[in-house]
Amino acid sequence: MRKIQVAKIRDVVKRLCLEANFILRKDVLAALKKAEKKETNKRARAIFGQIIENARVAKKERIAICQDTGMAVIFIELGQEVILAGGDLNGAVSEGVRRAYSEGCLRKSVVADPIERHNTKTNTPPIVFIKIVPGNRVRITVSPKGFGSENKSRIKMFKPTADLAEIKAFIIDTVKAAGPDACPPLILGIGIGGTFERCAHLAKEALLRPIDKHNVKRHIRKFEEDIAKEINALGIGPMGLGGRTTVLGVNVEEFPTHIAGLPVAVNVSCHATRSASAVI
Amino acid sequence: MIKRIFTPIKKEDIKDLKAGEEVLINGTIFTARDAAHKKFSELFKKTGKLPIDLRGAVIYYAGPTPPRRGGAIGSCGPTTSSRMDSFTPLLLKKGLAGMIGKGGRSEYVRNAIKKHGAVYFIAIGGIGALLSKKVNSSKAVLFKDLGTEAVYKLEVKDFPVIVGIDPKGRDVYAKK
Repeated sequence: MRKIQVAKIRDVVKRLCLEANFILRKDVLAALKKAEKKETNKRARAIFGQIIENARVAKKERIAICQDTGMAVIFIELGQEVILAGGDLNGAVSEGVRRAYSEGCLRKSVVADPIERHNTKTNTPPIVFIKIVPGNRVRITVSPKGFGSENKSRIKMFKPTADLAEIKAFIIDTVKAAGPDACPPLILGIGIGGTFERCAHLAKEALLRPIDKHNVKRHIRKFEEDIAKEINALGIGPMGLGGRTTVLGVNVEEFPTHIAGLPVAVNVSCHATRSASAVI
Repeated sequence: MIKRIFTPIKKEDIKDLKAGEEVLINGTIFTARDAAHKKFSELFKKTGKLPIDLRGAVIYYAGPTPPRRGGAIGSCGPTTSSRMDSFTPLLLKKGLAGMIGKGGRSEYVRNAIKKHGAVYFIAIGGIGALLSKKVNSSKAVLFKDLGTEAVYKLEVKDFPVIVGIDPKGRDVYAKK
């Protein structure tokens, strides 16, 4: 067994919240640069230039890439040979978030009650998912998720006999409905299968995968490529003002499901899709 | 040469703006997003008045991050405008001349903009670090308990925007 102090986890959560909000993911930045190069629309090209410059300034000056520094979504893969010592894990994670958002001048966007809506002024609580895995390590991933794009996300329970064309139409319709509001070019996290809640979770997890890495299953990989191609042909472009790139990446994660159903979730994410990971 | 717009806006100065045109905003603008708009509406229902004089004013749909020590403001890009749609016709009626946000607006907002000869500007979303360079000062002036959702008075210099809906009601996002 390996003992890990929860204070260590708190400090890593804090560091990852800051890193994710100040430093744009490498894969996302690379995709933006590629999109800028192939863009023929003058305004779209200029917008790509500004997005790339924004990432440079944010990293250099440690100022948030986007003012919507999100609700902090935290994934913890906890090795089953780890003993957590020194207090409550969830409390430590929350404290890491609180410190990062206070000391890092990030926005406090969380309200305590969804109806009464008083800001907690700490950006806590975060959303925390804990998965027990083999081994004696702890892997932590922080994904601050902005709500401009979160608001455009959708889930649909298809019939089990639905074909890929119907699923594709639903995904494309979701992108069209999001239009300029979700800060395109987008990154789509798509969950297929599982149950209602697992499907949404898969969609969120899909956003964590680098967008230059495809699903390992061949038919899913092809589906990812087909969706991206069709969406880019829509010409929505950066900020919906026209252009060749409407999605920077389409990531699909799938899971076994029930004979009676076929859930599909689309977690829409913006061109400033953020996350950072570390292993303890 | 990119056109400069100075606040408070005189309707005369914006009447020739065209959807799609790039302009630079200069002067005082006020942030207000969901919670502040809801308060405006509730206060108006209760008292028949708005807590702020909006004649010629520009509202920026934004909730900035806090400034670093000594800084004017943190990251400060636009939020989604359509969430403010239902509150907008009242504010236009009370003299609001310009709005800055991101994304499209409802048809009834477009019509209200046309009716009042106002303008809706689009700022690029997700470049809040860069836009912070265009803000010289910020100060919470209303609903301070709302934190980032308070109304902030910003002094901006050459704040870059694109005309989304012009005073004639033409919309950059209209289906061609």
